[in-house]
Amino acid sequence: MKLERRAAMATLLADRADELLVVPGLGSTTWDLVAAGDNDRNFYLWGAMGGAAMIGLGLALAQPACRVAVITGDGEMLMGLGALATIGIQRPKNLAVIVFDNGVYGETGMQPSATQRGVDLIGVASACGIATCLDVRDQPALADLAARLKRHGETLFARVLIEPAEPPRMLPLRDGVELKQRFRAALGLSSGAKLRA
Amino acid sequence: MTEQADWPDRLYDTFKRADIRQVAYVPDAGHARLIDRCRADPQIRDVVLTTEEEGVALAGGAWLGGERAALLMQSSGLGNCVNMLSLARICRFPLLMLITMRGEWEEFNPWQQPMGSIIDDVLKLCEAEIYRVRTPEEVAGAAERAVRCAFGDERITALVLSQQLIGKKVWTK
Repeated sequence: MKLERRAAMATLLADRADELLVVPGLGSTTWDLVAAGDNDRNFYLWGAMGGAAMIGLGLALAQPACRVAVITGDGEMLMGLGALATIGIQRPKNLAVIVFDNGVYGETGMQPSATQRGVDLIGVASACGIATCLDVRDQPALADLAARLKRHGETLFARVLIEPAEPPRMLPLRDGVELKQRFRAALGLSSGAKLRA
Repeated sequence: MTEQADWPDRLYDTFKRADIRQVAYVPDAGHARLIDRCRADPQIRDVVLTTEEEGVALAGGAWLGGERAALLMQSSGLGNCVNMLSLARICRFPLLMLITMRGEWEEFNPWQQPMGSIIDDVLKLCEAEIYRVRTPEEVAGAAERAVRCAFGDERITALVLSQQLIGKKVWTK
């Protein structure tokens, strides 16, 4: 069974707590995230392919009292596969990396990705030392993942099996400086830089 | 260690004054002492990367969360960062990069030359501010200015450490 991406995102973010900070990958997961409801604590990506998990790591290390969910696609994760090794060493308790895996590059015409040809992202994450790696293939497993996002536990990786369909694009704010400033303001940080030195 | 050779400690001192909390790196011999200092410091999270572009993304995430990061690499690593630098440019993330040069002086390995020779051009194309250091005496002042540029002006800033400063790599053991 494969899950529908918009419904899966909505389930993961239902009754979202203020402490949850979300970094999607560029493309479909960014559209899915804004479709689930715009939020100052979303940092949408319109580029930086391969960087979502590492943005999440830097953020999780800086904000240990928050929970950080990176929710990206299989193509974006594959471009930055080394990040799983880097995260496997750091293992911040408040970081979850969730991959919506539909096995295709949806934005560019549904070309098959490596996961469709047998590359196992759960196996990679597990081999990189991430202790909790979930294979989410149905509603109960998705509900379990949503519950885990609400509590501080351990570094988490989840592969969510998604059907290869492309729902209508939902386009969020795309000004990078504005996205940065509203995100920082939501965390009580100044919009401009201040020197402490 | 002579006074001339302890310039990495000046970089560490600058990190402490600037309250740098995350130091990301792909190891390089020229950064070895600075990496050791950071690893020994419980106030600094040292993050070893698989490729330098990860550090550009990490630094952006750190800033979103209110922490300052620094990224250490050798010159070959800058080539691995080019697209990810778009993130820092479009969002105006502060990005402090410390780049040890290879391929420009007393270089035994010619494979270092192609990337080493285009460092300044790549940095300029990526709208980075460049602070070039050639002697140990210049390190502390240039590092302070680079910190102010990165975090004060929210700019991509590169402190480029010349191969003359680092010294000749010994190839026979």
